[in-house]
Amino acid sequence: MPDLDPAVTPASRRRAIPAWLAIVLIVAALALAFAWVAGWLSPGRLTSQRFTNAIETANGQVWRGFRRAHAKGVCVAGYFEGNGQGVALSSARLFAPVRTPFVGRLSIGGGSPYGLDAKARVRSMALRLDSDDGQQWRMAMNSFPFFGVSSVEAFYEQTRANTPDPATGKPDPARQAAFARAHPEFARFADWAAHAPWSTSWANTTFNGVDTFRFVNRAGDVRNVRWSMQPQTPFAEMTPEQRNRADADYLAEDLAARLAKGDLRWDMVVTLAQPGDPVNPSQSWPEDRPRVTLGTVVVESSSAQATGACRDINYDPLVLPTGVEASDDPILAARSAVYSVSFNRREHDIASGEAAAATGHAAKRESDR
Amino acid sequence: MNRAGSSTHFNLLARLLHWTMALAILAMLFVGVGMVASLSLRPALVSLHRPLGIAILLLVVVRLANRLRHPPPALPAELPAIQKAAARASHILLYALMFVMPLVGWAMVSAGGYPVTMFGGFSLPAIAPHDPVVYAVLRTAHTWLALALFAVVLLHLAAALYHAWIRRDGVFAGMASGAGRYRNDIRS
Repeated sequence: MPDLDPAVTPASRRRAIPAWLAIVLIVAALALAFAWVAGWLSPGRLTSQRFTNAIETANGQVWRGFRRAHAKGVCVAGYFEGNGQGVALSSARLFAPVRTPFVGRLSIGGGSPYGLDAKARVRSMALRLDSDDGQQWRMAMNSFPFFGVSSVEAFYEQTRANTPDPATGKPDPARQAAFARAHPEFARFADWAAHAPWSTSWANTTFNGVDTFRFVNRAGDVRNVRWSMQPQTPFAEMTPEQRNRADADYLAEDLAARLAKGDLRWDMVVTLAQPGDPVNPSQSWPEDRPRVTLGTVVVESSSAQATGACRDINYDPLVLPTGVEASDDPILAARSAVYSVSFNRREHDIASGEAAAATGHAAKRESDR
Repeated sequence: MNRAGSSTHFNLLARLLHWTMALAILAMLFVGVGMVASLSLRPALVSLHRPLGIAILLLVVVRLANRLRHPPPALPAELPAIQKAAARASHILLYALMFVMPLVGWAMVSAGGYPVTMFGGFSLPAIAPHDPVVYAVLRTAHTWLALALFAVVLLHLAAALYHAWIRRDGVFAGMASGAGRYRNDIRS
């Protein structure tokens, strides 16, 4: 090897050709690997963005500034009061007999912020609990007791099957039937949707975590768990006639009326798995699994979501305190990923001034402007 | 070309930091672009991305301090002026991005209202208000700055290999090895 810089001669230029090639190849390989990881080279790969696109398509339109799913709801505030029973199961601070304040949200399923409250089969409760040790726990729970499908791909197919046909404005029944045939596990969910009694209020609805989490106590013992928020407000059935007659904002009005009379309470009931119980949220655990009540969710007030504290919160169910961990539940990871994209999009809508209705700056629907 | 031994090579700390951070930054770029797309790996990748980003921020502080105390070897006198200028500009850009990326990420997570979780329940304080406009601006900036950083990293790598394999002028060896092995380690 020469001790000096190579003199620029035709010979040295020829010698440099393999080196140039190697450099170009190395840089190109890195750039291609990066593009592959990003999903740019595989248009068929299901990414968080593409899943969110499918949800937006199924919604019929993009409702700027609103959550891409469960778009309609109200903010609530209150506290969780632990009863001490959870301390043996998880080191999360809020299971101690203390009050942990939360900013929450009660909502209905569906992508339209103008959905009819009394016609929504799915209702949900989300909480962001800030415990006094500086840690946070976010929960996003639903009124269905188990998930309709067992995989992220099937969830995506379900979303696509529910996309309205441009000709009719309604989902294509043939496509929905084809989806149901391809995913027999969905029959259980369809049965729940068709036959489970409807309650008259968010206040008497049970909200289920559905996904599986791990509780870890101070000794390091790990247990798979699922939980439900079970209302202390007695169940009352809402008949189809009542649902047809109800106001568009029936649930929000009902909630405000109930809160004017007093706080609303749900018990947090945790079900403990036995070894071998599935983590997949489409599969229920046997009825005989032990259940423990660990505390009470107390809702004290509600406010409109456009101006309420819950608006700019992503209720990512994987924001967890120490003592609570994610399980290998595939739906849980996908929810976290899609919620993140949905949050990014609606915050961008708000930042770019395209979300007058979502921020309370328009009295009318955006589509009417 | 006869540069004095002590000034032809970066000191041990600089080399250690350079190669550690080279791996960390490449990992961060791939983890970052992967976690925003993946429906299954996001939780694991996010919990790696946040503390690794803060680690890079801490390391770049040490690195800049070391660089100011121990200036890097001069580029070969015979290197064309335009290449010297490009080297200088790209190094300034790399340092700027190494500082800015973690800070923008930290501020962005703060502005999104998320806890800035590190590990074992330990979180950093928020450094930006929880606000949709601040979040949206920082979130967009984080993406574009990451792409810029990746581009500059690739350019830096190409230039390093150009010095190692084509110019063979000892510039690569200055970062690849200590002064004791001067010149014997750049053979391709």
